[in-house]
Amino acid sequence: MTAAAGLGKDLTGLEPLSADQIRLILDTAEPFKEVSERQIKKVPALRGKTIVNLFFEASTRTRISFEFAEKRLSADTVNVAAVGSSVSKGETLVDTARNLEAMRIDMVVIRHGSSGAARFLGDRINSNVINAGDGKHEHPTQALLDMLTLRDRFGRLEGLKIAIVGDVLHSRVARSNIWGLTKLGAEVAVCGPYSLLPRGIEEMGVTVLPRVEDAIQWADALNVLRLQLERMTAGFIPSLREYNRVFGITSERLKRAPRDLLILHPGPMNRGVEIDSDVADGEHSVILPQVTNGVAVRMAVLYLLAGGRPGSPAAVQGAEP
Amino acid sequence: MRPILLRGGRVIDPASGRDEIADVLLLAGKVEAVGQGIGTPDDAEVMDASGRIVAPGFIDLHTHLREPGQEDLETIATGALAAVAGGFTAVCAMPNTDPVCDNQGVVGFVVSQAQRAGKARVYPIGAVSLGQRVSSWPNSAELVGAGAVAVSDDGHPVPSSHLMRTALEYANVFGIPVADHCEDMSLAEGGAMHEGIVCTRLGLKGIPSAAEEIIVARDIILSELTGGHVHLCHMSTRGSVELIRRAKDKGLKVTAEACPHHFTLTHESCEGYNTNAKMNPPLREAADREAIREALRDGTIDAIATDHAPHHYDAKEREFDQAPNGIIGLETAFALANSELVGAGVLTLTGLVERMSTMPARIFHLPGGSLAKGAPADVVLLDPEAEWTVNPAEFRSRSRNTPFGGRSVRGRAVMTIVRGQVVFQLS
Repeated sequence: MTAAAGLGKDLTGLEPLSADQIRLILDTAEPFKEVSERQIKKVPALRGKTIVNLFFEASTRTRISFEFAEKRLSADTVNVAAVGSSVSKGETLVDTARNLEAMRIDMVVIRHGSSGAARFLGDRINSNVINAGDGKHEHPTQALLDMLTLRDRFGRLEGLKIAIVGDVLHSRVARSNIWGLTKLGAEVAVCGPYSLLPRGIEEMGVTVLPRVEDAIQWADALNVLRLQLERMTAGFIPSLREYNRVFGITSERLKRAPRDLLILHPGPMNRGVEIDSDVADGEHSVILPQVTNGVAVRMAVLYLLAGGRPGSPAAVQGAEP
Repeated sequence: MRPILLRGGRVIDPASGRDEIADVLLLAGKVEAVGQGIGTPDDAEVMDASGRIVAPGFIDLHTHLREPGQEDLETIATGALAAVAGGFTAVCAMPNTDPVCDNQGVVGFVVSQAQRAGKARVYPIGAVSLGQRVSSWPNSAELVGAGAVAVSDDGHPVPSSHLMRTALEYANVFGIPVADHCEDMSLAEGGAMHEGIVCTRLGLKGIPSAAEEIIVARDIILSELTGGHVHLCHMSTRGSVELIRRAKDKGLKVTAEACPHHFTLTHESCEGYNTNAKMNPPLREAADREAIREALRDGTIDAIATDHAPHHYDAKEREFDQAPNGIIGLETAFALANSELVGAGVLTLTGLVERMSTMPARIFHLPGGSLAKGAPADVVLLDPEAEWTVNPAEFRSRSRNTPFGGRSVRGRAVMTIVRGQVVFQLS
């Protein structure tokens, strides 16, 4: 890898990254997988670094995954949630960030309800900023862990056919997956009711498949998006029951697939809505391996942004015997 | 007041079909004479206008002056100064102030603050609905009596078709237009930018062109029903242009305006979550921008208006979906029109003066917009060749929110005269 293949200061999304940079993250994640399998799950790579996890939106999986990644790299971490912080007193995002930076932090992991919030922050502070999900824009580490999981199972991403099924309109996971997968040579289709597909999505290099049966015939893997329950009251779909009937991933539907389909889901799942339990818990589901890979991918991102050199054995060597 | 003789400029006055090198004599607040070799009255101030365009002052049909209520963003005095610096001799002030301009007290206040400022003329626009919210009306006769020249709920559409219908009927009594901000709120609610590929990429909620076009269509239909004069504010889509063109072919009393940002920029300017490119209606696609240009050329859109909307720096220094809509425009409008429309061969200079002065005066029934003998001595001297770079720090406006900072433009007002007095001179 050349020096130019570093990641830059921030990870705001996969759109700005090159294929080489994405591959660098995935490759760097490989050795970190093993760290989490050790008795002592800790390496000193980020010792002395201070990281703030700034979560303006509720999150369980992503926040805990980042926190484990940080702790397993020996960073010092602080969690800030919007509720109970000065944000609920009306402090602006930029003021919150500048105050944190005044305490001499090294990195900020931000989850925010507004698209562009991570980039907004990254443009205004010197610390590294990692986007843990901004509005409907991007959720790059989720897409990276999806891609790592796909690569684990298929041994490659080039030429794979991935269908993203569900509420693409409101999904940052979908956008990051589209950028990442297409840059690495996979074919991507989106599938869902037209009321939940953004206009012009084809211009992002994806195929639109109107029926879930078509997606099942076409794809090697399905990435099933969470259907936010409030979409029903907002008039995007008539009912959850009907959504399941027309777009739900059921074992009945999967039986007609020409090959075994790998099933991904970013969580949290609505069982019986976008995905049936027997599929989610079935033999082709990689939903839990995705979560495991999430820690490794986030360790890789943190390590690279902190200036770590890819492929350095020091990254995964423990400090203590 | 000394008479002013503007000597040797290129006089462009579309109202009288004039485009020639001539002198202009201003006397007692009126245009006294236009022609070659006008004698100099004894006490006249003689100014060399050679190399300059001499035109009737620009008139902005759509300005937000923020006073009363948000004087930290703009006052009538700073807005009127920004106006004359941009070559405008009159601006129409939208009523979405605090309190709303929905009674003769506020109308009178705007008029008296403008007189005190003594720069551009300021014509208040009254609200269509009380507080711009409820479906009951202000006393229109009192609004007009106090100086209102039109009614509008700008910032919001007139919400119901019934209210729009009756407003058009009632405004007919006074011969004033109802200026509508066309936006179907059920389609646009929560939208942050134009619905298209850029908004899909950025993950923002889009405002479809249909949101504007549905209300444009409604207003045209209601104009036909009532015979009332509907004025369509800040048109931004190619579909709106088509609807207006058809309405005009039918001879309906429909007029329309477009803003410099809509004939200059596209939704691509929102890339990087640039909040200074966030406005409502939003920046649209290249095909929309072309349609707006063509509509300004062929007269489907009558006037160029700024939608000057001051906002505080902090308010724009926010997450994109949290930032307010709008940009200021008084000090850049002429340069953009000159660079983008005249420079690209869309309009002649005569056509530009028509869209920025003659037509605005005509469709809102305002004084000015003409250099005929007896017209108000509201005149602008323009240097259409002046090249300059937009520097928001130099604005006279109290706000700085513009997407045009750093842009190289051509054309500038060098002197502005209102009521026969020089109120602005470029240093």
